[in-house]
Amino acid sequence: MIAALLAQAWSAPTIDWHAIAPELVLIVGINLVLLIDLWLDDARKWAMATLTGFVLLGAVIPVVTLAVLGGDVRDAIFDGRYVIDEYALILKALFLLVGYVVVLMSQNELEEGGYYQGEFYVLLLVSILGMVMMASSRDLMSVFVALELLSIPAYMMAAWRKRDVKSNEAGVKYYLLGVFASGVLLYGMSLLYGTTGTTKLVDIGRALSGDLSGMQVLAVVFVISGFAFKISAVPFHTWAPDTYEGAPTPVTAFLSVASKAAGFVALLTVLYLGLYGAEEVHGPFIWAMAALTMTVGNVVALRQTNIVRMLAYSSVSQGGFILMPLAVMSTSAAESALRAVVIYLLIYAFSNLGAFAVIIAVARKTRSGEISSFGGLMSYAPGLGVLMTIFLASLAGIPPLGIWIAKLQAFRALIDAGSNAAYVLALIAAVNTVIAAGYYMRVLRQIWMSPVPDGDTTRITAPSSIWLALGISAGGTVLLGVLPGLVLRFADLPDLTGALGL
Amino acid sequence: MQTITNDNWLLTVGTFLPLVGVLFMMFIPASDERTHKQIGIVTAAATTAIGVLTLFRFDFGHSDQLQFFVDSEWITVIKSNYTIGLDGISLPLYFLSMVVTLLVMIYTWDNMPDAGNPKSFIILMLVLQVGMAGSFIAQDLILFFVFFEVVLLPMYFMIGVWGGDDRQYASLKFFLYTMFGSALMLVAFLALFFQTGAESFSFAHLMEAGALIDRNVQIWIFAGMFVGFAVKVPMFPFHTWLPDAHTQAPTQGSVILAAILLKLGTYGFVRIAIPMLPQGAKAWAPVIGILAVIGIIYGALGCLAQTDMKRLIAFSSVAHMGFVMLGISTLTDFGINAALFGMVAHGLITGMLFFVAGSVKHRYHTLEISRLSGLLIQMPRLGWILGFAAMASLGLPGLAGFWGEFPAILSAYSPNFGLSEALFRTLMVIAAVGTVFAAGYLLWLYQRTAFGRPNPEFEQHAHAVGAGVNDDHHGADIHDVTRIEWLAWTPFLIAIVVFGVYPQLMFKVMDPAVSALVERVGAGIP
Repeated sequence: MIAALLAQAWSAPTIDWHAIAPELVLIVGINLVLLIDLWLDDARKWAMATLTGFVLLGAVIPVVTLAVLGGDVRDAIFDGRYVIDEYALILKALFLLVGYVVVLMSQNELEEGGYYQGEFYVLLLVSILGMVMMASSRDLMSVFVALELLSIPAYMMAAWRKRDVKSNEAGVKYYLLGVFASGVLLYGMSLLYGTTGTTKLVDIGRALSGDLSGMQVLAVVFVISGFAFKISAVPFHTWAPDTYEGAPTPVTAFLSVASKAAGFVALLTVLYLGLYGAEEVHGPFIWAMAALTMTVGNVVALRQTNIVRMLAYSSVSQGGFILMPLAVMSTSAAESALRAVVIYLLIYAFSNLGAFAVIIAVARKTRSGEISSFGGLMSYAPGLGVLMTIFLASLAGIPPLGIWIAKLQAFRALIDAGSNAAYVLALIAAVNTVIAAGYYMRVLRQIWMSPVPDGDTTRITAPSSIWLALGISAGGTVLLGVLPGLVLRFADLPDLTGALGL
Repeated sequence: MQTITNDNWLLTVGTFLPLVGVLFMMFIPASDERTHKQIGIVTAAATTAIGVLTLFRFDFGHSDQLQFFVDSEWITVIKSNYTIGLDGISLPLYFLSMVVTLLVMIYTWDNMPDAGNPKSFIILMLVLQVGMAGSFIAQDLILFFVFFEVVLLPMYFMIGVWGGDDRQYASLKFFLYTMFGSALMLVAFLALFFQTGAESFSFAHLMEAGALIDRNVQIWIFAGMFVGFAVKVPMFPFHTWLPDAHTQAPTQGSVILAAILLKLGTYGFVRIAIPMLPQGAKAWAPVIGILAVIGIIYGALGCLAQTDMKRLIAFSSVAHMGFVMLGISTLTDFGINAALFGMVAHGLITGMLFFVAGSVKHRYHTLEISRLSGLLIQMPRLGWILGFAAMASLGLPGLAGFWGEFPAILSAYSPNFGLSEALFRTLMVIAAVGTVFAAGYLLWLYQRTAFGRPNPEFEQHAHAVGAGVNDDHHGADIHDVTRIEWLAWTPFLIAIVVFGVYPQLMFKVMDPAVSALVERVGAGIP
């Protein structure tokens, strides 16, 4: 046996260093941050945020060069199980940018709260590394590893305010449900592997055609349920509001944007490459999940009085909109669906991050998360008021602000599919758009029309890093809304099979 | 469709120019109120100047063709282009939107609503103007949708921040109704796009390809658009947002709402729903006609029951838009011409009435009809203007209102494309009865407010501050029409007379475009 193995000439695989450069930069950065943090005294801990920011921006550089130089799909490394293509690159860029904005947002929060800064940024970077890997993963193993890599640090980050009971609750809830979801996912994956004999998604896709065995049906349901926890789809969403409310606000922003996007990316890749043959199973399942997610998320959001909880439920319901194209994905409109999801994730990130940045800025003064604390914001902080208006109007889907084009694409994918089920879902979504507008407008009503609570009109002093975060978010929201062509181009993957490394 | 591509910068500049003013105002502190008002007026005047230039450069001999046509890439991936153009149907409305914004801006000089903060107020009005003008020049469905939605937020804030006591309820109702309509409309737009082969969102393409869609599918798609546009018009079962929004909105908001915003709905029917889905339009025409007539009668009865002057005018809008929709539903050249004329006339007249209502409110701090009387004695000029606008509104021949209503009723005598004559003639008779109601509620309003002795409660308040027992008046200052008001109102008054005496001025611009449109619809109906 050993002799036979030895007899095979072993040659080192050729490694495309350029292709995995973003990950390498992150890994080096993580170690740097960890080490430097050890030698730095407390007075200079602020430098950690700056360093982390540079690491993230540094990792963007190879992403850009890959996008500019590499026309071809790079899948030679790891036998097509780890692929660098346009789809992966645009998502990597998204995750890195979101990470950068989150660093900007957390900087003062951590400094002033006296939290463990170095450790926080290390965990943040690790989580982002997991996301960056997720964008390239094309194998059950690498998908799972990336998912755990991005989740485990997030559990800890959610509980970062360790003297706060709510934050602890947030972390524990997130952890327990997350681990449970991982278990379900892993079980489904093992069934998939057992019945198809491979972990490579492309091969699973080929094997899963024709009639499915009972075990395969179970496997598909389990895998999707596992991901549904990550993307907080109803009925697997119950952790989200508590976790979002309890976690420090920048972490909440991170969870509701990046972590969720990573979950969607995983679901998208697995569905598109591996499970397209199981359309009869996942089609109705995701259809029901999308309809439920957007409706339940919306209806509950209407009743919230805490703005973070409201945004948590709104993010649940936005998840329903992102799921919507996936429900009709395999019928005929796979291309529209894939594009719609990617676009939605990109634009949603800007608007949602922006909304959280405003919340952080306002909470610095009001020390409150109640919607009523936004009363009269326009009268004493018109800049923040206008920005919040832009972000919330975008989330409500009003053109020409960012998310309208994402919603348009989602509707487009549905109507492109053209089935009756798709039309019904489109109508449900249309009604939901109106319900969602109801609660977004309620916040705007506070900002524009209500008196200032307690008549306290002292100015809001937000640090420059928050303003930078706001600027990036607002710029992205407005620019992508007016000229969506800028990113639609990236999501326009004419040769989809090539793009995903089939 | 032939297009003329002269002066292709004109429409883009005319539409987006207000944003330049917005940009300037953003960097000027809010406390500098005078400067903001000045910038607002200058920007609106510059925009109107471009509008006047557009009128001069417009080739009236070819008003059935799209002029100043531009077709450049915008969102290539979804096959939506920046396609704009102007023809005889959109020219009057496009120009009207500019003029109304300018006059409202002038009116604001002296009549800032109580909530203050002219900076935000004027910025919102300028943004609103971009959305309105853009909707009328868009020749691409997605572009139209974007402009159509742009007006939503500014109007929401205008009502919600600067409105009356019940403003928050009214603004939210306005917003949610419109949002619901546009969500369904968007689904319909996309369905139309895919049913025509997913090639382009341009109007020209959809008008050609839309007619080939299967009849049943057309009916469904038309249903989606119907809800979207009918909410905006508003037609009878979807009208309930309008009285609240109109009543609560500040004067400026009411005027813009009545003069332009409602027209986006009817314009959508004429420009998009009917020519693109001829068979759907034919199937829906009786429904539209019946709802329109219900709107006429219902609006009139609603008027008779009102105790608030502004709310009465708001309900009269429902009735007037009923005439417009009746004209459209006949699908005749004559009826659609009348409808388009009615849109402009209603914009001028109802806009004028809202101005008067605003000024009455400004002086008396109330619009309760029962408390107002003797306007003609206390403020003869304002009283006469109210009378003039009321006469125009009830359709007195010789004033603009007549040419919107009368031909619309007449056109129902012989509807086009084999629509049921019996039904439409019945509708015609009921609509004619509606005009009698209109005379009734308007004259009654005029009689109660303008005639008689002034209410003692308001006599000589200007000089008797503190003497009043009623704490409802805040030192009411009863004075006649001011110079700023004359400035803002005279163009309205002149236009009402000019179009009333010489309606051909507008008909001859619109008619070639309308008959081309009706011909196209006819070609699409087997």
